[in-house]
Formats: sequence, C-alpha cells, structure tokens
Amino acid sequence: MGTSFGRGGATTFQQDLQNSDCIVIEGSNMAECHPVGFQWVMEAKARGATVIHVDPRYTRTSALADVHVPLRAGTDIAFLGGIINYVFEHEKYFREYLVSYTNATTIINDRYLDTEDLDGVFSGLDRENRTYDFHTWQYEGMEVQAASGQRDEQYQDRAGGGGTVRHAARGESHGSGGAAISGDPEHDPEMLHTRCVFQVVKRHFARYTPAVVEEICGVPQDLFLKVCEAVTSNSGRDRTTAFVYAVGWTQHTVGVQYIRTAAILQLLLGNIGRPGGGIMALRGHASIQGSTDIPTLFNLLPGYIPMPHAHEHESLDAFIEADAPDKGYWGNMRAYTVSLLKAWWGASATDENDFCFDYLPRLTGSHSTYETVLAQMDGSCKGYFIVGENPAVGSANARMQRLGMAKLDWLVVRDFSLIESATWWKDGPEIESGELRTEDIPTEVFFFPAAAHTEKNGSFTNTQRMLQWHFMAHEPEGAARSDLWFYYHLGRIIRQKLAGSADPMDRPVLDLTWDYPTEGSIEEPSAEAVLAEINGWDPEGRPLASYQQLKDDGSTSCGCWIYCGVYADGVNQAARRKPWHEQNWVANEWGWAWPANRRILYNRASADPDGKPWSERKALVWWDEEKAEWAGHDIADFSSTKPPGYRPPEGATAEDAISGTDPFVMQPDGKGWLFVPSGLTDGPLPTHYEPQDSPFRNPLYRQQRNPVRQVFKRKENRYHPDPESPGSDVFPYVVTTYRLTEHHTAGGMTRWLPYLSELQPEFFCEVSPELAAERGLEHMGWATVVTARNVIEARVMVTERMTPLTVQGRTVHQIGLPYHWGPNGYSTGDAANELVGLSLDPNVHIQEAKAFTADIRPGRRPRGPGRGALVEEYQRRAGIGEETGMAI
Amino acid sequence: MTPPEVTRQGVANPRPGRQAPTGGRRGGAEAAMVPEATFDSYYGKPVINQPVWESPDIPGYFYFGGLAGASSVMAAAAEASRRPRLARASKLAAAGGLGLSLLGLIHDLGRPERFLNMLRVFKPTSPMSVGSWLLSIYGPLAVAAAGSEVTGWFPRAGTAAAFGAALVGPAVASYTGVLVADTAVPAWHEGHREMPYVFVSSAAVAAAGAGLLSAPVAENAPARRMAAIGVAGELAGSALMERRMGLVAEPYRRGKAGALVRAGQGLAVVGAAGAALAGRRSRLAAALSGLALMVGSACTKWGIFEAGLASARDPRYTVVPQRQRAGTVGEHRTGQPPPG
Amino acid sequence: MTLTELLRTAGGDPATNAGYRDHPPRMGFFTDTSVCIGCKACEVACKEWNHVPEDGLELTGMSYDNTQGLGADTWRHVAFIEQRKQLGSQEPGVFHDGRNGSTAGGSSQLRWLMASDVCKHCTEAACLDVCPTGSLFRTEFGTVVVQEDICNGCGYCIPACPYGVIDQRKGDGRAWKCTLCYDRLSVGMEPACAQACPTDSIQFGVLDELRQRAAARVGQLRDAGVADARLYGHDPDDGVGGDGAFFLLLDEPEVYGLPPDPVVTTRDLPAMWRHAAIAAASLAAGVAATFLGRRP
Ligand SMILES: Nc1nc2c(c(=O)[nH]1)N[C@H]1C(S)=C(S)[C@@H](COP(=O)(O)OP(=O)(O)OC[C@H]3O[C@@H](n4cnc5c(=O)[nH]c(N)nc54)[C@H](O)[C@@H]3O)O[C@H]1N2
Ligand SMILES: Nc1nc2c(c(=O)[nH]1)N[C@H]1C(S)=C(S)[C@@H](COP(=O)(O)OP(=O)(O)OC[C@H]3O[C@@H](n4cnc5c(=O)[nH]c(N)nc54)[C@H](O)[C@@H]3O)O[C@H]1N2
Ligand code: SF4
Ligand code: SF4
Ligand code: SF4
Ligand code: SF4
Ligand code: SF4
Ligand SMILES: [Mo]
Repeated sequence: MGTSFGRGGATTFQQDLQNSDCIVIEGSNMAECHPVGFQWVMEAKARGATVIHVDPRYTRTSALADVHVPLRAGTDIAFLGGIINYVFEHEKYFREYLVSYTNATTIINDRYLDTEDLDGVFSGLDRENRTYDFHTWQYEGMEVQAASGQRDEQYQDRAGGGGTVRHAARGESHGSGGAAISGDPEHDPEMLHTRCVFQVVKRHFARYTPAVVEEICGVPQDLFLKVCEAVTSNSGRDRTTAFVYAVGWTQHTVGVQYIRTAAILQLLLGNIGRPGGGIMALRGHASIQGSTDIPTLFNLLPGYIPMPHAHEHESLDAFIEADAPDKGYWGNMRAYTVSLLKAWWGASATDENDFCFDYLPRLTGSHSTYETVLAQMDGSCKGYFIVGENPAVGSANARMQRLGMAKLDWLVVRDFSLIESATWWKDGPEIESGELRTEDIPTEVFFFPAAAHTEKNGSFTNTQRMLQWHFMAHEPEGAARSDLWFYYHLGRIIRQKLAGSADPMDRPVLDLTWDYPTEGSIEEPSAEAVLAEINGWDPEGRPLASYQQLKDDGSTSCGCWIYCGVYADGVNQAARRKPWHEQNWVANEWGWAWPANRRILYNRASADPDGKPWSERKALVWWDEEKAEWAGHDIADFSSTKPPGYRPPEGATAEDAISGTDPFVMQPDGKGWLFVPSGLTDGPLPTHYEPQDSPFRNPLYRQQRNPVRQVFKRKENRYHPDPESPGSDVFPYVVTTYRLTEHHTAGGMTRWLPYLSELQPEFFCEVSPELAAERGLEHMGWATVVTARNVIEARVMVTERMTPLTVQGRTVHQIGLPYHWGPNGYSTGDAANELVGLSLDPNVHIQEAKAFTADIRPGRRPRGPGRGALVEEYQRRAGIGEETGMAI
Repeated sequence: MTPPEVTRQGVANPRPGRQAPTGGRRGGAEAAMVPEATFDSYYGKPVINQPVWESPDIPGYFYFGGLAGASSVMAAAAEASRRPRLARASKLAAAGGLGLSLLGLIHDLGRPERFLNMLRVFKPTSPMSVGSWLLSIYGPLAVAAAGSEVTGWFPRAGTAAAFGAALVGPAVASYTGVLVADTAVPAWHEGHREMPYVFVSSAAVAAAGAGLLSAPVAENAPARRMAAIGVAGELAGSALMERRMGLVAEPYRRGKAGALVRAGQGLAVVGAAGAALAGRRSRLAAALSGLALMVGSACTKWGIFEAGLASARDPRYTVVPQRQRAGTVGEHRTGQPPPG
Repeated sequence: MTLTELLRTAGGDPATNAGYRDHPPRMGFFTDTSVCIGCKACEVACKEWNHVPEDGLELTGMSYDNTQGLGADTWRHVAFIEQRKQLGSQEPGVFHDGRNGSTAGGSSQLRWLMASDVCKHCTEAACLDVCPTGSLFRTEFGTVVVQEDICNGCGYCIPACPYGVIDQRKGDGRAWKCTLCYDRLSVGMEPACAQACPTDSIQFGVLDELRQRAAARVGQLRDAGVADARLYGHDPDDGVGGDGAFFLLLDEPEVYGLPPDPVVTTRDLPAMWRHAAIAAASLAAGVAATFLGRRP
C-alpha cells in the first residue's frame, strides 16, 4: 500500500466500515480474528450493505456474509485481476476520480515491457541474480525512486558508484512510504495514449476473463460475476465499497502484489480516501502496527526512515540526498532524521558531527528473521533474543528454527510461559526423534518471565494506526518484569560497565540519552517519559504538537516523526477516552492516530477537485470557502489551509509541490499509483503466479512462479516438484493455515489458559467429506500430513465447510490447518509450521504459509527416527533434490 | 432500508449491527422449506441434564421408604387385629426401612452435612421438601414404635406411635412417586398420574414380603392378601402408565431398566403366587415368597429409576412427545402454524 | 385458596409473585442467534467473572463446539450447527455434489448456525419450585439464583429443569448455574456475557422492551426472506410462563438442543398430589382390607 498510496497503513479505520455499501473481506477471517471490529461490518449490513467473503474455507465470517466465494488458496491476484478486467470492460471505473487523483493519465516510457510481452515476466529481469532492474518501469522522460525505506539501496545509483546493495526489506509493507521523483511526468488526460498508465493497466489485465478466473481460482463464473456486479454497482460517486484483508493475502510469495491488486481496483473505482471505502488492512498482534512504526525491523528506523546501508563514508547529507524526494512530505526527511538523532544522542548530536549519523548501525544485507535462522545454522549468528515471539511454533519451517537455535552460544527468551522456543533443547520434537541430544547442544538458554500488558504502562498502536494507552493494573508478580524494564536496566548496566571507556566503538552506547525516571519498588522506567521523547521537544523543551514543527538544524528532537503530536501540550493524547456518544462518529478524541490524528488517510479524495464532496451522501472532508480551510468529520489529510485551486509554483519542494487537488500527499506526484514505476522488487503491476508449491501449472504464461521470490537451497527446506513433472502427484493437496478465534498465534498466550484451551482443546485439520472419502479419513480420527519438510499428525474434522474445487478441469481438495499448537502447554498438538517451507515474498520477506501442497493419510505419524524416515521416503518418491522447485 | 450515508451532518440513519439481515437481502423471498420429517437433535446430546442421583442411594431411598410406609400401616393393622408377631415384624421393617431410606437420601446429597437445610423451609411445590417434613414426622413415630416393641418400654406410647406412623406411612410411601414425577425426566413425568399408585403398590408388595418373611404362617394371611392386591395394583398401574406414555414407555422395556422391571414384576407375581399357594402351610415357602416379593419390589423401583435415567439420556424421549404436543397445542397457543 | 392456587405461581410478574414490592422491572436476555459469530467471548467472560472452573478438555467433533452443553461449569454455551440448508438468500458457494458448476438454481447449500444458550430464568421455574432448601430463589429482577451457602446438593433441581441447565459440580456437590450476574445487576452493571458480546447477539435489558424488539426483529428477518426465523421462549403463555432469557432461532429448537415445548412440571403438581393422596388412602384402605375377615 505504501507504493500505491504513499503510506503503508490501513487507509481507513474499522468504524468507517459502517458507511460501506459493500464490504469485500478477502484474505481475512474477520469475524474470527477481529471479532470486535466485525461489529462495524454488521452495522453496515444493517444499513443495507452487501458483505462478501472470499476465502478457501467457509468460516464464521462466511456464516454472516451474503456471499461466500471459495477459491483455491494462492490465487487472489487472478480473482481481483478478473474484477479489474470487468471494471475496464464494462467501463465501471470512476473516471473523474481516476483522471484527477491517480496516475492513470501518466505516460510510461517505451522501454517498458509487460508480462504479456515477455511470457510472464517484466522487462529488466536479471535471471542470474533473481532480481529486477526497474529502470525500464519509469514514467516517460523522468525518473522515480523507490518508496522510502528502500531508496538507500540505490544509494550508489544516485550518489554515483557501482553495484547496489539488494535484498533489504520493508516490514510487512506497512511503511509511511512515498517515492522520490524528479521532473514532471507526461500526461494524457484523455487516457488514450497507448502507453498511458490507464491503457497499460487495462491491457495487462485484459486476459483475466471470468473463464480464466474459473480456471485458476476454481470459482464458478456466475458466482464470480455476482461479486463483480456487487462491487461495481456499489462504487462510484454515490456509493463506496471497502476491502478488508489480513494475512490471507500477505503470506504468499506474491503477497505484496495481492494488496497492490486491491489497491488498483479501489483506485479505479474511486474508493480510496472516501467514507465507507478504502482498504482495511487488519493487523495482528496487539501492537504490530506500532512495531513497524517504531520498528523491530532490521531495515527501518522509526517513522519508516530507512536504515542506512554500509556504504563507505556516507554522510548524513548524502544519505538524505540519496533518499529524500524533493516533492511530497518526504521532502522534509532531513528534519525527521536529525530530530531522531537528537532524541537518541541529545547534546552529543551536533551539526559538526553530523548529529551522530555515524553512530547508526549499518546494513550489510538482509537480516530478516529467516536469514537470521540461516545464519545461526551456518554458525555466524551466535546469540539470539526472543522477546514476545515463539518461532519454534509460529515461524515457517519450525524445525529449522530449532536447529538454528541449537547452534547458538546463547539464547534469551522473555515470555509469560515456558514456550516451545524456550524448552526445545530438552523436550522438542528433535529430542523425541533422536535427531538432537540435549547434552550435545551448546546453547546456553536464559528464560526471563515477562510482565503482561496489564502489569505495565504503555501504548498499543492498533490496526488502524491508533495509539491507545494502557495503565498498569497490578504490579508484576515474582521476577516478571516489563520489556521496558528489561531493556532500560540492561542498557543501564552495559553503560555502567563501559563507563570510562575510551574506545570510540563504545561512544554510541555511552552517548545515548538514557535517563528515564523510574518509579515504584521495582524501578519501572516511566513509559510516559519514553512517549514524551518519542513525541519530541521544541528548542525550549516544550512538547511538539506536530511534525510540521520539526527542524533539520538540530533544534528539535523527536523519537518518531509520525508520532509527533501524541504528547502535544504535555498531555498523553493516546490516553484520551472520551466516550463515542460525546463526539462525532470519527471519534478523534479517543486515543490518537498517526498521522496527525487522522483516521481516514488521503481523505482529500473524498471531495472532488473543487473541494466539494463527490456526493452529499458520502461527505467526509470538504473545502469551507468561508473559513478558507478544510472542514469535515475527520482531520483533513492535507494542508489544512491549502485551497483546491492551489498550484505549485515553479521549483516548489516538499509539501509545497503538492497541488490543491492531489490527495496522496506522501507521493511525489500526489497521485494514487495504479502503476508503480519504482519501489517494488517484483514488478510494477501484479500478475498471477502460482505458489512455490502448487499442484497446477500457471495457465497464463510459461513463467510458473514469481521469478524474484526468495528461495533457499537447504536440505531442511526442500520444495515440491513442479506440477506436471514426475513426482508432482506425491503432494496432491493444497494446504492453507490460519487462526481460530479461541487461540492466539503460536499459542503462548492461550494454550496455557484453561478457559481458552477447553474451547479448542486439540490440533485438528479440516477436510471435505470428499477428501475424507478419497483418503479414508475418519471424522475425529487421526491424520498424518506430510510435506518435503516434515510430517505432523492432527485429529480430523470432516466438514462440508471445506469444499472441493474444480481447477483446470480437475478436482482439487484443500486441507485447512490452524497453526496454534505445539507440544507445550495445557492444550497441545503438532505445529502446522513444521510443514511450511521457507519461500518468501521478495518485498517484505514474509513466508508463504497460506498456500502449499501436502499429502494426507489416515493414522498417526511415526515416532522417533521413523519421523525423519517417512519424510525421506516421500522425498525419494517425489524425486526431490537440491534443484527441485528452484527454477526461476 | 436506507443505504449507508454520511452527509455533512454526519452518519445518517445509523443502525446497530444487531439489525443486520443476516443471510437475507431485502425482497429475496425464499421458497418454503420442506419440513423435516425426521427427528433432529443436537449431535444426539440429551436435552435435559441427567439426574445426578445415584444408584443404590436413590432407588434404595424410594424402595425402603415404600417398605417403611406400608409396613407401618401393616403394623398398626396387625396390632389392632392382634397379630403381635406380624406387628413386631412390620414395626421393625418400618423402622429399618426408614433408616435405610434416610441413609440413602443423605448419602446422595452433594453436601450431606447440610441435610438439615431440608427443613429450612416448607415448600408444597417441592415434593422433596414435603417428603422431608413427612419423614421428620414419620421418622420419630416409626422409631418410637419399633423401639418400644423391642425394648418393651412405654407400651402405650409405643402403640400410639405405631398408629401415628400408620397414619403418615401411606404418604411416605406415595410422595416419592410424586417426587420422581415432578421432574422433566420423560419416563418419570409422563407417568405422573399413575406413578403414585405404582409406588404404593410396590410399597405394599415390599411390606407384604417383609411380613411373609418374618411372621409365622399363623399370622401371615393379611400379608398374603396384601401381596396379591399389591402385585395386581402394580401390574395394572404399570400397564396403564406405559400405555399412556406411548414412546416414552420404551425405556421400561429395554436394556437394564427393562430387565429390572421385568424381574420385578416376575418376582412379584411368583412371590404373590407362592404366598397364596404355599404361604399358609409352609414357613419356608412363606419366607421365600416374602423374599421374592421384597426383591421384586426393589427391582421395580430400580427399574423405574433406571428407566428415568435412560429416558433422560436419549433426546428423542424429550423431543418427540413435546413436538407432538406442540403440533397440536402450539397452534392455538401462538396463533401461528408450527415453525418449520 | 385451592391446592392449585397454592402451587401455581403462574402469570404476572415473578418478582411480584415472590413477594417483592417496588422491585425493579424484570430483566432478561434476548439472544438473537442470527447475528452470533460464535466467538465464545460470552462463555469466557462468564467464566472469568463468576470464577467458573474449566469444564474439561475434549475435542468433540461437534463442529467448533467443544463445550457440549450447559452445566455446573458452563453457564453460557455456544452451539454450532452445520447444515445443508439455505439461510435466506445467502450464497454459501460450497459444492458437495461432486461438481463445481453453475450455482444457478442455488444448488449450493450450507449454513452454519451459532447460538449462545443460557439459563432461561423461567417465569415458572421448575428448579426453584422443587428446591427443598430454598437455596434457589427469585430475585427482585425476576431472575432465578442459587445461593451457594444453602444448597445441600440434593440434586432435585437438576432433573426438574426442562432445559437441562442447572447441574451439580463434581467434587463440590452443589448445584450451579447462571445467576444472570446478580452481583452485577445489583450495582447497575450489565451481565458479563452480554457486555462481552461483540455483535449484540446477547441483548440484555428490561424484558418487556426486549420482547418488543424481538418481535420487530423476527418480522424484519422474515421480510428479508429468512422464513426460518422464529422466537423461542418469548411467549408468556408457554409451558413455563415465558422465559426471562429468550431467543431468536433459525431452526427448530431441538436442532439447538432445546426442548420444543417445555412445560414446568409443577403445573401438574396439584394433580400429582391428588393422585398421591388417593394412592396413600388406597394403600391404607387396601392394607386394612387385608386384615378383614376371619382369623385362622
Ligand atoms: N482469535 C485470534 N485473533 C487474531 C489472531 C489469533 O491468533 N487469534 N492473530 C492476530 C494476528 S497476529 C493476525 S496477523 C491477524 C490475522 O488475521 P487473518 O488474516 O484474518 O487470519 P488467518 O486466519 O491467518 O487468515 C485469514 C483467512 O485467510 C484464508 N486464506 C488462506 N489462504 C488464502 C488465500 O490464498 N486467499 C484468500 N483470499 N484467503 C486465504 C484462510 O482460510 C483464513 O480464513 O489476526 C489477529 N487476530
Ligand atoms: N503457518 C502459519 N504461520 C504463521 C502465520 C500463519 O497464518 N500461518 N501467521 C504469522 C503471523 S501473522 C504472526 S503475527 C506470527 C505470530 O507468531 P509469534 O509471534 O511467534 O507467536 P505468539 O504466540 O504470538 O508469540 C508471542 C509471545 O509473546 C508473549 N508475550 C505476550 N506479551 C508479551 C510481552 O509484553 N512481553 C513479552 N516479552 N512477551 C510477551 C506471548 O506469551 C507469546 O508467547 O505467526 C506467523 N506464523
Ligand atoms: S482480542 Fe483484543 S484486539 Fe482482538 S478482537 Fe478482541 S478486543 Fe479486539
Ligand atoms: S432454565 Fe432451568 S435452571 Fe433456569 S430457571 Fe428455568 S428451570 Fe431453572
Ligand atoms: S441441589 Fe441445591 S439448589 Fe438444587 S434443589 Fe437441591 S438444594 Fe436446591
Ligand atoms: S448472565 Fe452472568 S452468570 Fe449468566 S451466563 Fe451471563 S455472565 Fe454468566
Ligand atoms: S459473544 Fe456474542 S457473538 Fe460471540 S459467541 Fe457469544 S453470543 Fe455469539
Ligand atoms: Mo500477525
């Protein structure tokens, strides 16, 4: 979404779903995974909205929807592409919106070649390195840089010099992106030019006909057309359709492109920035949005400022020069970066020393979690902190996770319970199978009990970018401490040990501002003090109110520019809890959302170019002539006093370069991008590729899979044979993994609780009656599920909610596996992630856990060494080797 | 339904999500569904909760209560008709039966130490409350009668107690019939008209058996007659009850309950016949017949108990009769055709 | 006062009948199963608030229901029913006729019903009627509550309840069930289960208002084509005098494990006592008769 609209967060908030005329939930099981937010879907339905659920399984969401569309896991691009084609074909796009607010009119340069021209790949593919050179994807006559967060990769490009550092990643594509741009692109307002984006996109999707959708997805054409009609008839000037997705879309080797497809569709239909429209990305963990805003990701600094790569002698100026565009809000990147450095290194950060820019760590390549595991296995990563994660259950190829940990010198686990990631060395599956012996494992494991959110102050940033404060209700018991406590005191002790050191290597640690007040008997650092630092101070030490106040001269400090304002007036804005009935429906006084407390992004687009709502029935913000400012329900996502008639003067930079009719203010051209000239590693447009493991050939092109997906040649991580090649029938079934309402993710927070465990006490797999008959599976009996990675067992749930599909003329069965279980805790079972291989989306390095293949048979899996032997037998039968599935 | 609008004034016509027309879209008239001809249940799970009463406590409580109540009557009559050995035997049977009956009841309580809470209130709506009060009146009388009989102390008072016990005894024997019938257990409640008769008949059988077992042939004539009348009453009552129950009578004929009921009836008939044919001549025959009658009566009570449990376990017995009733009654009650 | 009158507490307001004066209006639940998403938040909230113990770890295979039914340790129970039936005009998109062809003619059928069950707080509550200790009592809100310090575990209420609600807790011996959060109501709070319900499937309020709302709702659903929609337990003239917690169902009650036409057995109690009295008299008479006649 960052590449399409400028920011990676959900474009809307859940409460606004009540204003939708049609809601398409696809790639999410909203009722089960976001039950509280689902009430807004129900409100929309009560007001007459049509609710559509597109999911391989009929779930609790489907039960409440008007239409459930089962599709083969891993085929959503074809499905959405089909709707896009329908929109073009039936001219259902919102023309005025397209022309004014998107890059539909922009002309693409003539070196660009589409998948249609190259049998499934785009121009610029470097087959050797499995990468794309995106220079051919540019606008005519100008150059666009990647979205922020990746541009430093092209540092060499811009600052001169050779080879770029590839492979960096952006976290779950939820950045506050925006790409650099120089020059003025060419346009065809009539959208007739053969190389204008409109025509390029139209041609690209032309082959996604209903028949092709049926052939790929297994969705009958009339059902598909039903969806097309519902979506298009509920979009346009007077009506709006919203899309809701979560990890059913992200966990694929083309996950980012799934979301891109939806973005294109929503732009075509004029549904972005408008009430009841948008794309609602549902985030997962309580503060996962927060942990990408102030990231736990290796390649980002707070506020989506990219982490610098290890270029020699790169100065702050060069870093900014290479990265910042001159137009749009990213034009102020220097102010954001300098203020961040001031927040971290305070008085030590001066103009003379580049504000300690050199203190920042540098990237030498990709250090995503999966690459870290490989580094552990190879012995180059020696120590590991696991804080609030349970990779031995929750991460793909769980066995590899454990084998990696078994090579470490030390491991720190902070959690509530003795999760599998903390005990694998004594009772993990490899100990049981005899593959590892406790006495041979060199890893020293430290377990620290963690305090829960009820036992500490702090904030959550929820799925709609909203920060909500929680207060300590109870001091943590025993040795349990908050993570803030742990890191603060760890830092304090390290600084004590280093005190007096003259080694310049220690300066970054010693110069840190590490002076948070502590409170209470356990010396808990003040979370509010941290929030104040994140918010930032002006030169007089007063809390800042908005990131527009940030300066690039070191006079302001701010720990995360997008959070600037959360502590405005010295008040914890995230702690605001004004009841909904005392304010308007947007409820801006409940908590605080970035950016600048806006709830619907790009909401300038809810008004027409003149500043009037497109429809009086879909009013959100509008230009108030009298007061000469933007008025409305939400805070305008626009300069509040910039009139619709504003046109940037020649040579304007940053936000001044955005005209009064450009709602996508983070984008250098202010437009929503149907075609992404730069910023994506795997193509400017989405195209259907088959999952890494798939029983079907890609019927569209010779190109089977995403050519630049990340795959790893490891014996613990074998892939399945190409479809229609020898051995491909050994793993005939499509598998998908997902959640249940009753459990949470890898189970650390639910499998230990009796009240939740009793509701779903055991690991099970869901199969259709037809598959059960085919394989002799019995309801509530046992099944063994095998891939080339591992084998697990599960109780069998035979249910008509699982439906066979007809794909390419043959029946395909899907197997559903909830992934919450592991061997520890009160409710136990095998972990679905034992089966999942590492094959990643090249943009965000997310594993393809939502679509792979497997075999299923009745009975329990072997114990002891038999477990590995069975997997080997399968590998032999399927003829699997090093090269299997590795083809580009 | 007005579509979702947001005007400049704000959200127009908001509606709570609970008004969402789940599954339906306006206007979409649906073809009427074929009513389910077959019986439906929730995964075969019982509709009502199983009684937690346990065997032998509760059937024992019924049986011994019946034995006691009827024996008291017999004791008084024997006393009045000057059959001292029969009177003595019956008084002892009454006191013993009472004791065992109470033991069963208390032992079955989840919180036996709170037994006296039974007397916290008097509730005519609760047969168990009524029964507790009955027992609390009857108990001392029966015990006093037996005590006096055994010790020879206070003979007048003892006689008075015996007559007192005889007045309350029939109620003691019959209220348990109401106790089981005043539940939602189909095989018990559906027999609520006949159950008290079956219970007192069975009680008479037991008391007659006790009399035959322990009184000399010279005094056992009333017991023999009582056995005959009791057995006849029990058979007739059961037959009537089962006929009226229809489907719900099944558990009385099947499985463990069926076996017990059949054994009970068989033993009772054998006992009564034996008593009638040989009871007046042979002490042994009388005693054996008495034993058969007592065991038969116990089997009957156990059978009724087990039939109740079985009927509670199978949702069919709850649902089908109600559905039949709803089919006719439901219509005029709600003015709507039965749903389906 | 006749026996019948003495025994029947039927009709009118149960709190008034129980002797309360100036009591608050009768409170209850309208559980609209048509908007339930089966999240079981009600089950968990109830347990958390009332410290109800865990009820056993058993994978049942009854769709997503591993709770199975109401009991001493489950005061809210969410039922899951998978059916080959049409829900209004919903398009479920699944095909089990070995074919994945056209949906024209609506050959694809499936619906997944979810329903949260609870104690009905009957107007004429059998459990309360039969309780010999007075442990079960009627509150000023018209609800039915067990006093755990009085219950002696006689177990009578359990088979008496026509809905299979109340049950005995193992190892504790006493009977337990939903209290309609008496402690919360007393301080003006909503019951825990209703508060936790994200879709308002559980609606708590003044019973009369709920009944009106329910009538409107069932009409709305029928108009929308959901002909199966019906109310259950709303009718003050039914066999238990109407439930304090009633439901909107989408199928026959027994499909959800509910009795189709429950009747409080105490209604037959006058007749039963009469029969018992006659039976007792017959016993006395019968025994006396055996003593008539000649002594040998
Ligand atoms: N109760 C509960 N709630 C949760 C969580 C939890 O563990 N338990 N986890 C939280 C977290 S961390 C997250 S990230 C979110 C995730 O929220 P969701 O993404 O909604 O959760 P999932 O169940 O993983 O996947 C959603 C659905 O995607 C479907 N699916 C699988 N493959 C495909 C596909 O190829 N295409 C389409 N269209 N659908 C597919 C699955 O069948 C599943 O129903 O939930 C959050 N909320
Ligand atoms: N096959 C498959 N795999 C998946 C997915 C899938 O859909 N399918 N989904 C993926 C997704 S979206 C996610 S988010 C991951 C989740 O996977 P993980 O993050 O590995 O799993 P969790 O169980 O959520 O682990 C969080 C742990 O943090 C602990 N915890 C909670 N609060 C605190 C705290 O305040 N401090 C500390 N120190 N610990 C705390 C909890 O006890 C818990 O053990 O799984 C991923 N894996
Ligand atoms: S668990 Fe929390 S975040 Fe998830 S639905 Fe419930 S209330 Fe919302
Ligand atoms: S439903 Fe059962 S437990 Fe609840 S009040 Fe009625 S009779 Fe009593
Ligand atoms: S078990 Fe307790 S609540 Fe139930 S009837 Fe007996 S005393 Fe009353
Ligand atoms: S009202 Fe209270 S006690 Fe009853 S089910 Fe709801 S939460 Fe539990
Ligand atoms: S909380 Fe509400 S929606 Fe969830 S299961 Fe219970 S009744 Fe249904
Ligand atoms: Mo997640």
